[in-house]
Amino acid sequence: MGRYVARRLLQMIPVFLGTTLLIFLMVYALPGDPIRALWGEKAADPVALAALRHKYGLDLPMWHQYWNYLVKLAHLDFGTTYSDRPVSQAMGIAFPVTIRLTAVAFTIELVLGIGLGLFAGMRAGRAADTIVLIFTLVVISVPVFVLAFILRQVFSTQGLNWVTPTVQNSYDVTQLLLPAFVLASASLAYVARLTRTTVAENLRADYLRTAVAKGLPRRRVIGVHLLRNSLIPVVTFLGTDLGALMGGAIITEGIFNIQGVGLLLFQGLQRREGATVVGVATVLVLVYLATSLIVDLLYAVLDPRIRYA
Amino acid sequence: MPDTITAADAPGAPTPPVEATGGIPVKAEKPRSLWSDAWYDLRRNPIFVISGVLILIILTVAVAPGLFTGTSPRDGDLVHHFLSNPKLTHFFKDDWFGYDNQGRSVYARTVFGARASVIVGVLTTLLSTVVGGLVGMLAGYFGGWIDAVLSRLVDVFFGIPFLLGSLVVLNAFSERSPLIVSLSLAFLGWTQTARVMRGSVISVKQADYVHAAQALGAGTPRILFRHILPNAVAPVIVVSTISLGAYISAEATLSFLGIGLQDPTVSWGIDIDSATAVIRNDPHVLFFPAIALSITVLAFIMLGDAVRDALDPKLR
Repeated sequence: MGRYVARRLLQMIPVFLGTTLLIFLMVYALPGDPIRALWGEKAADPVALAALRHKYGLDLPMWHQYWNYLVKLAHLDFGTTYSDRPVSQAMGIAFPVTIRLTAVAFTIELVLGIGLGLFAGMRAGRAADTIVLIFTLVVISVPVFVLAFILRQVFSTQGLNWVTPTVQNSYDVTQLLLPAFVLASASLAYVARLTRTTVAENLRADYLRTAVAKGLPRRRVIGVHLLRNSLIPVVTFLGTDLGALMGGAIITEGIFNIQGVGLLLFQGLQRREGATVVGVATVLVLVYLATSLIVDLLYAVLDPRIRYA
Repeated sequence: MPDTITAADAPGAPTPPVEATGGIPVKAEKPRSLWSDAWYDLRRNPIFVISGVLILIILTVAVAPGLFTGTSPRDGDLVHHFLSNPKLTHFFKDDWFGYDNQGRSVYARTVFGARASVIVGVLTTLLSTVVGGLVGMLAGYFGGWIDAVLSRLVDVFFGIPFLLGSLVVLNAFSERSPLIVSLSLAFLGWTQTARVMRGSVISVKQADYVHAAQALGAGTPRILFRHILPNAVAPVIVVSTISLGAYISAEATLSFLGIGLQDPTVSWGIDIDSATAVIRNDPHVLFFPAIALSITVLAFIMLGDAVRDALDPKLR
């Protein structure tokens, strides 16, 4: 187990270096000059321009800039924005907000997705199953930002008046429920469909018939024998989805005015602040790598036949 | 499945019978290729018929929007500004879906918006399928260090969140045509195709007919494109069809965020974005492009589902 984790961690290093290098090139090597843009329409002062470029290290060759970024990253220093605010400070405020939103969204996705999938899979081919399938198909097809506006219109002050149209306090879970549902919606539908397929497949398995035949209580048959075996593909999806939820929050956060990572990233993009964009992306890549490792380790928990030496 | 197959079902199938690709019970007396078998299934699948008809309509609208409206989507007349509510009985008239806050016909804009979505969706799918397919095929066929390098490359591109990556790339361009948007979506979108193709090629390259072709001295390109590709492409087609819908949705999302297509281009995403300013009093301005967008995405996802059911031997 320990050796497996160590090997996986070593394998992650080239992927991490490659991914951050790619993001770095996408942010810094593509056309456009953020320092020049600070002057807007006015003529830039060449001396000040050069001084600012030097200050942010943008006058160095690209490989040198990337090296500097890596060295700083090793000291947990993400650089500063063009208004001299440390990126780590901005992220320290934004990430907890996004983590709360993602946690609520992930819970909704997990409970509703697996619940709906189990419900439909146990009734495969019947009317209830078809209704769930159509529901998931519609949820997948309606783009997130459309769903956000429709649900906000229905549930906020305009309609039922159950929630505030924007999130004022991200510690208040009731305010986060609607944006979290919107954020989770597409993944929820995928989880439901994935669970439904595997549950319907495993219902026909020999071990399930044996479990029923030897008189186990229904709760144990479903909870231990059916669900546990059906969850492996679902866990794979859920693991890779956690990072995607945090990255995809950019739309939900914009519409519901949540001061999280998505908004930070979007503002960083608009101001062309490379340090902010690269910093947020780096953390998201780390989240992705960590969750994919956890998923691999969870396989062994779910399926005892899988052993890691 | 009924086993009545007429001669009309067999022609047009480009591949040899697929005894060796695994799974499909081919009756000895009536060999039927994976493709004619799938086509036989598809024609009887109501989901395929519904999505096929929807996609035909959408494609017609995209190719010839002039057939559906004579009004330019860019003609704004502020006379209509205060008369904006939709007249739902005025079929195919300018005021059918009402007018937006610049007095432009929402119906005309919804009709003309189809083109941008279809172009971006099809172009992105083609680009990512070709690039991902090639990378996956080379990685799967050659194995060894080529596979190791290409697979790590796929991992690297896969690790970047899709939306974030496309935003960063598009942000660098001040002029964003449908081609630029497609390129930036395909830039990160090809990885899934590559993974699927690699797995598929690995399972196909063990087959006897591949060894036979190698023994007969066929060149590598011939083996790859004549023997392996036709037998390995089925899962890739499924992934590509489903992702076409996802790319259309992604284009609208980017345009909605203001980092996708730009104003002279008529796009549902742009319209939905500008409608958010007037959503309180005139929700119809948001509603109709949103419905059109959702139906389009739905049609392609349904098509992908139907194709997967027809091509996946495990579900038989």
